[in-house]
Amino acid sequence: MKHTYENHLLWVYRAMKTSRYFEEKMEKAYLEGKQPVFNIGAGPVPGEMHLSNGQEPAAASMIVHLTNNDTVTATHRPHHQAIAKGVDLKKMTAEIYGKKTGLGKGKGGHMHLFDPSVKFSCGGIVGAGIPHAVGAALANKKKGTDWVAVAFIGEGAANSGAFHESLNLAALWNLPFILVVENNSWGISVSMKNSTSVSSNDIRAKAYGINGYLVKDNDPLEMYRISKEAVERARKGKGPSIIEIETYRYLGHFQGDPELYRPKEEVPALRMKDPIVRLKKHMLLENMVISGEIQALEHEIFKEVDNAFDFAVHSEYPEPEEALEDVFC
Amino acid sequence: METIKEKRKKLTGSKAMIQALDQEMSRDENIFVMGEDVGKYGGIFGSTTGLYDKFGSDRIMDTPISETGFIGAAVGAAAEGLRPVVELMFVDFHGVVMDQIYNHIAKIPYMSGGNIKLPIVILTAVGGGYSDAAQHSQTLYASFGHLPGLKVVAPTFPNDIKGMLIAAIRDDNPVIFMFHKTLQGLGWMDQIDASLGPVLEEAYTIPLDKAKIVREGKDVTIVGVQMMTVQALKAAEKLAEQGIDAEVIDLRSIKPIDKETILKSVEKTNRLVVVDEDYYSYGITAEISAIVASEGFKDLKAPIVRLAIPDIPIPYSRVLEKYVIPDSKNIIDSVKKLVKL
Repeated sequence: MKHTYENHLLWVYRAMKTSRYFEEKMEKAYLEGKQPVFNIGAGPVPGEMHLSNGQEPAAASMIVHLTNNDTVTATHRPHHQAIAKGVDLKKMTAEIYGKKTGLGKGKGGHMHLFDPSVKFSCGGIVGAGIPHAVGAALANKKKGTDWVAVAFIGEGAANSGAFHESLNLAALWNLPFILVVENNSWGISVSMKNSTSVSSNDIRAKAYGINGYLVKDNDPLEMYRISKEAVERARKGKGPSIIEIETYRYLGHFQGDPELYRPKEEVPALRMKDPIVRLKKHMLLENMVISGEIQALEHEIFKEVDNAFDFAVHSEYPEPEEALEDVFC
Repeated sequence: METIKEKRKKLTGSKAMIQALDQEMSRDENIFVMGEDVGKYGGIFGSTTGLYDKFGSDRIMDTPISETGFIGAAVGAAAEGLRPVVELMFVDFHGVVMDQIYNHIAKIPYMSGGNIKLPIVILTAVGGGYSDAAQHSQTLYASFGHLPGLKVVAPTFPNDIKGMLIAAIRDDNPVIFMFHKTLQGLGWMDQIDASLGPVLEEAYTIPLDKAKIVREGKDVTIVGVQMMTVQALKAAEKLAEQGIDAEVIDLRSIKPIDKETILKSVEKTNRLVVVDEDYYSYGITAEISAIVASEGFKDLKAPIVRLAIPDIPIPYSRVLEKYVIPDSKNIIDSVKKLVKL
C-alpha cells in the first residue's frame, strides 16, 4: 500500500475501529459469569479489565508512523495500543482468556501483554514503561539506527518519579524517544485538576529542554499531524518530544467501577464527539473513500476480531504444572 | 459478659477499618489519611468509605500517583508531630517507593538514637485468588518482615482488623498494616463468611505482637496468616471429621512474631504445618520453621511442612493461579501424611 495521506487515515480508521469493536466484544465477554452479581474473579475473563473505548486516536494516529522496528511500551489499559502496533490479535485474545495459546501462555493476562515480534510491551505499574522505552531508544541510538521508541502513559503517570527521571535522561542523551500522554482527565477517581500542578503536561517539556505538543479534543487528524512531526524529528536525531492528547475515557477505570466521582452527563457528551465517527465523516466528506469501501473494511475488521475470540475461546487452558515453567530460561 | 455482647455488631473487614479510622480521627486531630483514591472513591478496597464526607479534604487527602512523594512526605509530617495514615493501594506498588520505606521510615528512628519518632501507618491491600496476575496479587509479607524498624501486621478477622488498626495508629513506631482484599467483604469480590464478624463498637486495641489460637487441637499445629488462616480452619473442620484434631494459629503479626504461642502449641501437638500466601524461599514458612527447629526441636515428632507459593511470579490464568496458592485441600493432604509419621 502506498503511504499516501488517504491510506494512512484509512489505516488509522482501521486500527481505531478494530480496537473499538474488540473492546465492545471484550466488555460483554468480561461480564460472562459475573451477572447478576458482579464478582471480579468469576467468568471466563477474570481479574481487572481496563478498557480504552474513546482513547483510540492516541494510539492509532501515533503508531501509523511506526514500523515493527520501533518500540512501544504501553499501560495497564493496553488494548488500543497493542492492536495499533500489530500485536497478534488471536494470541492477545487468548492471553486475556488465560489460554495456553496466549502471548504469555496464560501467565501474563490483560495488563501484561508482550509481543517482541512487533516490539510491544505493557504493564500494571503506572509510569514503569517510560524508562523501558528510554532504554530501547538508547539501544536504537547506540546501534546507529533511525528507529524510535514511544512510551504511552496516562496523565496520572506524569506525576510519578519515573516520568521526570526518564525525560531528563532522554533529553540529556538526545534519544529518539516520544512520550504520549493520554490525558483522559481521570486517574481512577482523581481528576487531572486535583492531581497535577500544570494545566497540561506538554508544558513540562520546557523543563527538559525538549519539544512539547498538545492535541486538543481527541482529534485523530491533529494527533496524526503532530505525531508525524515528532517521529520525524526523533528519526533525524533531533531529540525527544512529549505529546499530550486530551482524550476520552468512556468507561470506568476498570469494569465494575461505580464511577460515583464523575458527573453523569460527562460521558454522553463525550460520546457525541466520538473520534471514530468523526474520522469516518471526514474521510467521506473529503472523498478519500466511498462508503462501500468503509463497509467492506468494517466487515473485515469484525471478521478478524470474531476469529480472534473464537480462537481464544476454543483454545486449551495450560496444564496446572506449567505454572512452574518460564521463571528462568 | 452479656453487656459486651450487646455492644458487638457484625461488620465486614472494610467496615471495621473505617470504624477504626473514624473513631481515631475523631479522637485525635493530628491523624490524617492520604493516598490514591481515598477521597470520594473511599479507597479502592473500601478502607475509607464515607470518611471524606465526614472529615473533608484536609484530613482525607487524595494524592497524585506520586508515591515516593507522598510516602516520603509522611516522614516529614510525622517528624513534625502529625500522625499520617498513608494508603498505597496494592502492596505490589511498593516497588516504586521502597527507598522511603526501608532506608528512611524504617531507619530514621534508629539512626537518630530514638530522638525522632515516626508514628506512620501504611495501609496496603494484599493477596490474590481472583486472577489479577503478577503485579497485583502478591502479599509480600516476608519482604516487609525482613526489614528492621518496621512493625508489620496482617489481621484476618474484622474484630482484629479494628483493634490492630487502632493499636497501629496509636503506636509511635511505623506500622505496615496489610489488609487482605478477600477479607474486606467487598460486594464485587468473592463473598466469604470470614469477612464478616462481630466487632466491639467502642474503640479498643489489640496488641501488634500476639498471634491468636483460633481453633484448639492436639494432633497438629497449623499456622496461617489471613486467607491461609481461613483455609487452615476449613481444613481443620474436614480433618476433625476424620478424627484428626488440628490446632490453628492465626499469626496476625508478621513482625514482631509471637514465638511463644507457636512454640507452646508445638509442645502440645508435636507436629507443625505452616501455610503462607507468600513465596516459599526466605518467607514466613522458613522463619517459623527456623524458630521451631532452633527453640522447639525436642518437641517435634515429624518434619515441619511448609506450604507456600512456589518461587514463581503469580500467574494470571485461573488454573495456574489455583495451582500455586495453597488451599484447604493441600493442607488436608499434608496433615494426613504428617500424622502418620
